[in-house]
Amino acid sequence: MDKTHSAKSPSGDLGVTVNGKSQELHKPVSLAELIALNNITQPDMVSVQLNGEFVYKEDYASITLKDGDEVDFLYFMGGGNL
Amino acid sequence: MDFSEDQIIRYSRHILLQDVGVEGQEKISNGKVLVVGAGGLGAPVAFYLAAAGVGTIGIIDGDVVDLSNLQRQIIHFTEDVNKPKVISAKEKINRLNPDVNVITYQELLTSENALAIIEDYDFIVDGTDNFPVKFLINDACVIAGKPFSHGGILRFDGQTMTYVPGTACYRCLFHSPPPPNAVPTCSQAGVLGAVAGMLGTIQAAETLKYLTGVGELLTNRLLSFNAKTMDFRTVGTRPSAKCPVCGSHPTVTQLIDYEQAVCDISNRKKH
Repeated sequence: MDKTHSAKSPSGDLGVTVNGKSQELHKPVSLAELIALNNITQPDMVSVQLNGEFVYKEDYASITLKDGDEVDFLYFMGGGNL
Repeated sequence: MDFSEDQIIRYSRHILLQDVGVEGQEKISNGKVLVVGAGGLGAPVAFYLAAAGVGTIGIIDGDVVDLSNLQRQIIHFTEDVNKPKVISAKEKINRLNPDVNVITYQELLTSENALAIIEDYDFIVDGTDNFPVKFLINDACVIAGKPFSHGGILRFDGQTMTYVPGTACYRCLFHSPPPPNAVPTCSQAGVLGAVAGMLGTIQAAETLKYLTGVGELLTNRLLSFNAKTMDFRTVGTRPSAKCPVCGSHPTVTQLIDYEQAVCDISNRKKH
């Protein structure tokens, strides 16, 4: 998979979908920045899907979001037995 | 299989369902399901599968019933405190439905026993509370080609997905366990008791759908809900070529016992 995506228009707004809800970005941001923007305080607890594909943690900083991207933060959920 | 008159009455509400009927009930009655964990999720799963008349229910759990379990683990009663969970669960299942053959394993699922145990079952339900075993169940089922239901709950949230060979597995979404202690489990963070029932009954319904072949399974989708808002959300996913166990170049080719979070171990030793 390409590690870099170019924004459609670097100066204009771009729209991405985060966990099913649209989010406007005023400048191109990396996946790492989007994680910070969404106040995810414990990234260890989250698995990230970009357009339905798993993303490695090492790639968060190098992936720049483009218009129309769909990002899902999937939370580790461990309980059930105790 | 010939159903007795009592069985026809007992299962009449299944038999009345056009999609199920006598044939579907026969498939349920011939079904063999392994429930891993007789706790918050395993309790409603085992109860509903027993009521449905699943022919063989295996239950594996090494713990004994604790007073703090009773807020949500509805298969265990007050008088069961200190009793092995598998025994307590078997007793209730036998009382609810004597048609069910219950096989108990009073032990933990490990890399040593997992493949041998799941081999005998048609469908596996993950009702465990920790990531080492969640990944173990996933890997064992992928390697053995067995379908299973993943389930997790925490505080007011629940999450579940169904795997059948060829669809996205748990590792396609979550490549490897989070660092020990990064993720709280119910014992540390708490859980609304009814959330266990909500998620467990979804897993039981998926099991019955698998056995009868009715409907569309929760495959290639992760269902999450939050009981505070009652928002349910399904995220589409697909098998990942990069998946460490089911991808094109698997790195996980045998079962792994991941390290348990320290707090969980100390909790277990309490018993």
